[in-house]
Amino acid sequence: MSLYDIIFYLFAAITILSGFIVVTSKNIVYSAFSLLFTFFGVAGIYVLLGADFIAIVQILVYVGGILILLLFGVMLTNKITNVDIRTGTIHVLPGAVAVGVLMGLLLSAMVWTEWKTQPSETPVTTTVTLGRLLITDYILIFELLGILLLIALIGAASIARREQE
Amino acid sequence: MYEILNNIFGNQAVAWIIAAALPLFVFILPFALFAVWLERKVSAHMQDRLGPMRVGWHGVLQTIADILKLIQKEDIIPAEADKKLFNLAPILVFAGSYAAFAAIPFSSKYIGSNAEVGIFYIIAVSSFVVAGILMGGWASNNKYALLGAMRSAAQIVSYEIPSAIVILTMVMLTGTLSLDKFSQIQTAYFWNWFILGGPGDGLTKFLLIPFMIIGFTILYISTLAEVNRTPFDIPEAESELVAGYHTEYSGMKFAMFFLAEYGNMFAVSAVITLLFFGGYQSPFGYLGNSFNIPWLVPIEQVFWFTFKGIIFVFVQMWLRWTLPRLRVDQLMHVCWKFLIPYSFVNLIIVGIITLFR
Repeated sequence: MSLYDIIFYLFAAITILSGFIVVTSKNIVYSAFSLLFTFFGVAGIYVLLGADFIAIVQILVYVGGILILLLFGVMLTNKITNVDIRTGTIHVLPGAVAVGVLMGLLLSAMVWTEWKTQPSETPVTTTVTLGRLLITDYILIFELLGILLLIALIGAASIARREQE
Repeated sequence: MYEILNNIFGNQAVAWIIAAALPLFVFILPFALFAVWLERKVSAHMQDRLGPMRVGWHGVLQTIADILKLIQKEDIIPAEADKKLFNLAPILVFAGSYAAFAAIPFSSKYIGSNAEVGIFYIIAVSSFVVAGILMGGWASNNKYALLGAMRSAAQIVSYEIPSAIVILTMVMLTGTLSLDKFSQIQTAYFWNWFILGGPGDGLTKFLLIPFMIIGFTILYISTLAEVNRTPFDIPEAESELVAGYHTEYSGMKFAMFFLAEYGNMFAVSAVITLLFFGGYQSPFGYLGNSFNIPWLVPIEQVFWFTFKGIIFVFVQMWLRWTLPRLRVDQLMHVCWKFLIPYSFVNLIIVGIITLFR
């Protein structure tokens, strides 16, 4: 087992363990903070796959943006207004069946697919290639996503303003 | 540097890990000790006092004495605090602030990780600091700590936008995200620095100068806010919030917040140096090149890099002891109504100039 394998299993363990805490923890703030480590572990696996730009975006968007927003929401509602956010286990049997079926599908896809393999190579930086693809082949999707985010932003601002009046 | 380590250990990954961890031990800890002493001396001399004078020459060993004292202190955890998160928060802040140093080139021969995404990585890892601050503030179970953490997070998240836009401007101008390449482009004379229009000559160089100065000013102001320094230190405003998010921390955990803060101060100064002031390049060429001693050049580069960084740290201290702090609403006003629009206009103008280069 090479050192890279050890690093991979380390990040995989971080991701899975913290993900487990996210869904099982009774305390919603613990869940939110565990999500931090889940995102971190996923970013580490991206780095090992040679996707440097995606890994950084993962941290920047999910940890720096979404998680902080989530924490704000959780902290401002949980401790200050004393609203109990319930995290309990309901519908055990249907849940187990659904998860089992999904797991079986994924596993069978993993086992029976003939994966294309190629010898490992030194990863090259992906930033320039990604940038070129975004403004040439995928320009329409890129622009549409930009408009979608703008609409969301305007919507959020208008909702916040209406409540004030 | 990395090649030497690779030869010694014969393993790429081990060499990378050591190369990335090295600045922590050889540079950041001594720097934090020095900067704490410098802050006290600067504040003292600005207020017509002497500051620490007892331990060593003009008190240079004062911080070491303070750290020894902090290590001995009882580690107090408030009874109502959330113990796990309370203990984890200083580690997260510490790790987040020092992770940035992995991508900072101290000389052409030494950079922790020569990843192509350097500057982008630095912006990203600073978000761990925000999460750590929120964690510490919430886990303390203290209203002042929570308020301080909320203010701090809101401030850092808001001011990340103008600084990211200025950094984007510079990335657009140079076409690289690697901080090492940023330094290489601004060759070893000060008229090639980006604050003076960057390398090359002709009209575009002179056209760029005013916009570079605007960009530098916006970046400096917003990084000042990101590291919670006066005039933007409302998260730790003593008169309102005791000490902000680290009110409840004592002993070594407090010291970790403190060291992280000083580490951050140098990290943002280093980013400004790398983007606008030539990075590790000397302003007047190298003695090593003139006298034909090749091994002297990297040493000179380390000297110039730390020298420029410490100058910006000194300016941060200077501002802290000169300006009063802003109110929360004024802080957000400055960011959203001035810095962000100006940085966008600057981005567009520099983009147009770049087209004609």
